[in-house]
Amino acid sequence: MQLFVDVGRYCRLIYEAIRSSTEFSMYRKNIISEMIKTGYDSLPIIILAGFFTGAVMTIQTSYQLVAGFIPPSTIGAIVSQSLLIELAAVISALVLAGRVGARIATELGTMAVSEQIDALESMGFNSVTFLVMPRVLAGVLMFPVIYVAAAVAGIVGGLLASILTGSLTVADFMLGARQVFSPADVSFGVIKAFVFGYIITSISCFKGYFATGGAEGVGQATTQAAVLSCIYILVADFVLAFLLL
Amino acid sequence: MIEIKNLTKSFGSNLVWEDVSLTIEEGETLAVIGKSGSGKSVLMKHLNVLLYPDSGEVLIDGLNVFEIRYARLRKMRQQFGVLFQGAALFDSITAYENVAFPLRFFSDLSEKQIHERVMESLELVNLADIGTKSPAELSGGMRKRVGLARAIVMKPEYLLYDEPTSGLDPQTSDEINDLIISMADTLDITSIVITHDMHSVLRVADKVAFLDKQKLSWYGTVDELRVSDHPELKAFVKASEYTI
Repeated sequence: MQLFVDVGRYCRLIYEAIRSSTEFSMYRKNIISEMIKTGYDSLPIIILAGFFTGAVMTIQTSYQLVAGFIPPSTIGAIVSQSLLIELAAVISALVLAGRVGARIATELGTMAVSEQIDALESMGFNSVTFLVMPRVLAGVLMFPVIYVAAAVAGIVGGLLASILTGSLTVADFMLGARQVFSPADVSFGVIKAFVFGYIITSISCFKGYFATGGAEGVGQATTQAAVLSCIYILVADFVLAFLLL
Repeated sequence: MIEIKNLTKSFGSNLVWEDVSLTIEEGETLAVIGKSGSGKSVLMKHLNVLLYPDSGEVLIDGLNVFEIRYARLRKMRQQFGVLFQGAALFDSITAYENVAFPLRFFSDLSEKQIHERVMESLELVNLADIGTKSPAELSGGMRKRVGLARAIVMKPEYLLYDEPTSGLDPQTSDEINDLIISMADTLDITSIVITHDMHSVLRVADKVAFLDKQKLSWYGTVDELRVSDHPELKAFVKASEYTI
């Protein structure tokens, strides 16, 4: 029963956010600050995660493809395509489910339990327009940018790992990457990042906005936001792969 | 004028109160008293439609607030200033910005005019020099006064106070009571004070509504309260260790 209540409240929250999206003057300032918090502030951890994912994947792929008849450029092809299609989007989304999702749920949860959301409504604000809309919009706009950063960092990591281990040359790596590169792969990754951005920000806004019960309630909302975001990212990843590949 | 007619509210199977009816005249100060959990704050949140009832009406100048559309409701809410129990200040901005906040979005005032209005409100609550501090740097009493300054900055017709003196020492409580009286007198505002502080009730209120046993158990003037032999009301007053 609670599941149906939650789904109804979530749909209503998102409907209200979309319906009120025309009140741009209300959330104009918030959207800039949210884009900075969600996108720019996340870049260091995303670049780090992407870099090491690419590096480790290069080392592991080199280890697995030891047969002499497989050209070394295959490693570059596998690593770069895997990063573009899957890993850059999913790894960054899972990292940001914790970083961005937890921040949003905690911020809104604290506002909810300390009556700051009631205060906004009392003053005549539409609290959904003011709080939810800029966060979700910043998520869907900035996650594709984050995806690109993660993919580039991953490829750089892969290149450096290939140099350090001596398993293949930079020329081999780039040859393989160029051979399999397709703009459709990047489009697929961008679509994924867009969807993941929506999932993380909307679920975290929902959990935070409806948090109750003081500090413990905020803690629960934050945990649920991070966990649910991860689950739905994995489900959405499967659905998108099934539909688009 | 605010008219509450046959209001009933429950959360799931828990009845908060039923069939509550009372009238708050222009310029009047009504204190709503009752034990913790009697639904005082719930009643207050129906006046500016932060909550909807199971049945009944709240009429503001004859208009049923539960029937108006959301866009109009938001306009109507600007007739109310609300001082929340914990002040509900936005902790990411300064005290000054908290007071200026509604003006920046809902007025056409210039920055100079906004500054004048904010300072005017802060001076009314005796906090003219507090502006640059963040809410975290303020004491409980100061937070409530900044909350009150924010509540009056849009020059509302009605002021709702949710437990304005709870958690404050007696001296600070008296300062807040003085402010409530001052707001009603100088700004000619209709006030609704949610409290269980009998000292505050007797100082600030014109009329008193007592919520008990899931209903409006008693309603009358402060003078009538002083001589009332209503058993639950007398017990409540006695338990608050206040001698009338």
